[in-house]
Formats: sequence, structure tokens, C-alpha cells
Amino acid sequence: MTTRRAAIGFVAPALLAMAVVAAYPIVAAVWLSLHREILVFRDHRFVGFANWSFLLRDGRFWAALGHTTYFVLVAVAVELVLGLAFAMLLHGRARGRGMLRAAVLVPWAVPTVVSAKLWAWLYDPNHGLITHLLGVREVNLLGTPVIALHAAIVVDVWKTTPFVALVLLAGLQSIPEDVYRAARVDGAAPFQTFRAITLPLLLPTVAVAATFRALDAVRVFDAIFVLTDGGPANTTETLSIYAYKTMLRLGDFGYGATLSVATFLVALVIAGLGISAQRRASR
Amino acid sequence: MRRLLALLSAFFCVAPFLWLALTALRPPEELTRLGVPSRLSVSSFVSALRDQPLPRALLNGLLVSACTTVFAVAIGSLAAFSLARLRPPGRDAILAGALSVSMFPPIATVGPLYVLLRALGLLDHWAGLIIPYTTFSLPLAMFLLTRAFEDIPEELWRAARVDGCSPLQALWRVHLPLAAPAIATTALLVFIAAWNELLYALTFLSSPERRTVPVAIALFSSEHAEPWGEIAAASTIATLPLVVLALIFQKRIVTGLTAGAVKG
Repeated sequence: MTTRRAAIGFVAPALLAMAVVAAYPIVAAVWLSLHREILVFRDHRFVGFANWSFLLRDGRFWAALGHTTYFVLVAVAVELVLGLAFAMLLHGRARGRGMLRAAVLVPWAVPTVVSAKLWAWLYDPNHGLITHLLGVREVNLLGTPVIALHAAIVVDVWKTTPFVALVLLAGLQSIPEDVYRAARVDGAAPFQTFRAITLPLLLPTVAVAATFRALDAVRVFDAIFVLTDGGPANTTETLSIYAYKTMLRLGDFGYGATLSVATFLVALVIAGLGISAQRRASR
Repeated sequence: MRRLLALLSAFFCVAPFLWLALTALRPPEELTRLGVPSRLSVSSFVSALRDQPLPRALLNGLLVSACTTVFAVAIGSLAAFSLARLRPPGRDAILAGALSVSMFPPIATVGPLYVLLRALGLLDHWAGLIIPYTTFSLPLAMFLLTRAFEDIPEELWRAARVDGCSPLQALWRVHLPLAAPAIATTALLVFIAAWNELLYALTFLSSPERRTVPVAIALFSSEHAEPWGEIAAASTIATLPLVVLALIFQKRIVTGLTAGAVKG
């Protein structure tokens, strides 16, 4: 076998799988979004842009888009701040560093479904530790609009701050020690050093971490599915949850595909913003 | 001061999980209390394993995740070897394509995949879950393994060629053994991701006896009125192996997670 034939032959299985199982469904989703498609009734007909014009008028879609955007912005912002703090603690020479290094992997290893159940138990109106500590027993936090979405954000923050911390730690470790030595010689105070050296040099890594996390947060499904299933009164319904319900509970694959293509477009926008942020940060 | 902060941060990470384990170990009559339990009891574990379809789900999860891991590492290392050593046409485009696949939100593909699997008669079959899992693990596998193969000195590959090794032999005899650490990292990350996945498992496998662990735990409450002791026990059983794995392979996982985040 020539090298060239081997070169193509070896990547072919991976390419085929990604083409059929990843790329084709995206194209098919766009195609489906132009149809009325109710699987159980074998109802399948072309409707042009009817689903899309309904989407633009669909208040529930805009609400879900709003919840998703809010979730992404708040969760990622908190994760970056907390993650940076963790990373600085892990980077320093403080004692207890090894312990923290092991501890941050615990939330990462816990399946999202389990972490959602675990927090649901902490939020339990009657026996939850958090409701007890907050002194709001008998209050159903997950059943209260506005609060429920924040309760879900807390779950996401707990579960994924470790990832942000580890990525930022890798960034901190790539800053050469000489730069700090020079700052020390110049008599810079720790906070000055942080503002003038650490933060600017870390910015590209922050941009990468933020992009990864935002792309992951925009698809949020597991935590909300377990905690609230989109309730109360759809106030925690995100794009993924709305699309899932439309397709798999109502069986409406046409409009469900429209919603999922919309989610895909939002992810695309985030990826674009992330790439341009990374370019600007590394300049 | 820093030490105290480190301690508090570690507490924030570990305490919720420890609280879950403690809930699982409480005697059932003390579930509603918040203080220190009067004794520890395994009765929640026993009923989670006996009354609930948890053992089944654990086996299902093991089957699906193990198959996914094997396929993803096999297909991924073939592709990575080609990308690292054989320079296929469109190499950069292939890597860019893989990167964009890893960014697809699963909800964007789940509907058409459902229709496709239904047409192929693969709904509610293991293959219907393992194939998508493998595919969406490929970008990570290709990325980590291409890097690892590129780090192996090029001379070894040339020497293997001179000795008359075919590309497949060079991969099997030279590159795979030398990239063993990266393969272990890849396998771990792929396994854990497959073990934890919810949306596809919920959608593509409909019969209760085929539920994977996340599905079984997510749907626990719909079958009974929130049996918290059993939920806590089941969650602990489903999570403990992962936490142990993560702690044993700490360095490896951290390397795998942060690879590519910092341009080196």
C-alpha cells in the first residue's frame, strides 16, 4: 500500500463517521426546518419558511433564548472569576495546594445528572441543607421563578469552575518566571504585578476558557432537565430544553428542528465571538 | 491566609459530594435530619441496588462506554497517525472540521439522528447509541493523539519505513506503544464522557432495561416520590468510580483537559 493511499485510508473511517453522524444531521435539521414533520402521523410536507416565521413570532422561543443567554453570561462570568481565584491558589506555593488540586477534580468527575440531583437535594424545601442554612424552610426554591434559574446556574458553576481553574492554571504556568522576577526587582506590589503582568499575559487563555465554557453552557440540558424540566412556568426553559420537548415530547420534528438550528446558530455566533476575542487578546 | 482560602475552595468542591454520600449512609428514618447521624447504615445502598434497575444501568453504562472507548481510540488513532505522519491531502481542513464537530450542540443533531436511526432500525439498539458517542468522541481523540504522535521523533518513523514496516505496522509497533500515556488519557476522557451523557441516551434508547446510568438517575423520581436515600446511594455508586479514577489519574486528566487551551 502506498503512503498516499494509507494516508487517505486511515482518516477515511473518522471522516465518514463525522460526515454521516455529525455533518449530515445539521444539514438534515435545516431541511427538516422547512417541513411540517410529525413522525407518528407520517405527516411530512414542505412548508417553506413557515416554521421560521413562526419562530420569529414565538414568545416562548424568545424567552428561551433570553434564559439561555442569561445563563451563559452569568455562569461563565462567575466561573471565570472563581476559576481565576482557584488557579492563583493552585499556582502559588501555599500549603494545601496538593489537596486543592485533588479536590477540584471531584466536581469535574461527578456526572452532570448526579450534580443536579445532588443540588436538588440541597435545595429540598423540607430537608435541604441550603434551604435550612438560608432559613427559608418550606420554600421551594426550584419552584420559584427567577430563583430557579439562578439555582441552576449555581449547579453549573460548581460543576465546571474546576475546568476553568485548570485551564487558567496551565496559562499561569506558561508565563515565564523572569517576568515576575523583573517586576519584583522593580519593586512592584503584588496587586500591581497582577494587573500589569499576570492579567494581560493570561488574557488569551481566559478567552479560550470563556469560549469553551460558553459553547458548553449554551447547550445546557442535563442540569435543567433534572432540576426543573424548564419550570416553573417555563422560567428556566433553555433553547435545548424547548427544542427537546418540541421534538421528543410533542413529536413535532419540523419546528423542533427549527429550534435546534437556531441553537446551532447561537453556538456559531459564540464561536465567532470567541475566535475574534482570542485574536484580540493575543495581540 | 492563602492556606485558609485553599481550604475553603477545597471545601466548596468536595462538600456537596460528601453531603450526598452522607445522605446515602444515613439510616432511612434519619433522612429528614440535618445533624450527625446516630449510626451509619447501608440500607439505602441495598434498596438502590435491589429495588431499582440500577445494577442493570451500571452494566449498560459499562457496555456502552467501553465499546465507545475502544472504537474512538481505534478510529481516532488511525486518523491521528495519518494526520501526524502520512500528511493526507487537506490535513488542516480535516483538523478544522473535527474542531467544529466538537462544538456542535447535541440538541442540533438529536432530531435528525433520531429520524435516521429510526429509518435504519437502530433505535433502542446499543449500536444506535455507540455510533453517535464514538463519532462525537473522535475530535478529542484525534486532537490528543495527533499531538502525541507528532511528539514521537520523526526518525523512528523513517527507520521503521527503511526496515520495511507498512504504515499499519509502524502505527502498531512503534507509535501506539510510545503514545501509551496519551492513549490512556484519551480513553479515560472518552469513557467518562460516554458514561455521563444524558440527551442521546434518553432519546435513542427507549426501553427501561436499556437505560444508562444518567438516564436511570434522572428518571428515578418519576417512578417513586423522591426516594432521596436511594437517589443518594445510586448517585454515589455511579460517581465513586469516576472520582477514584480522576484522583488516580489526576495528572493525566489535567493534561488532557488543558491540551490546546494554551498555545505552547
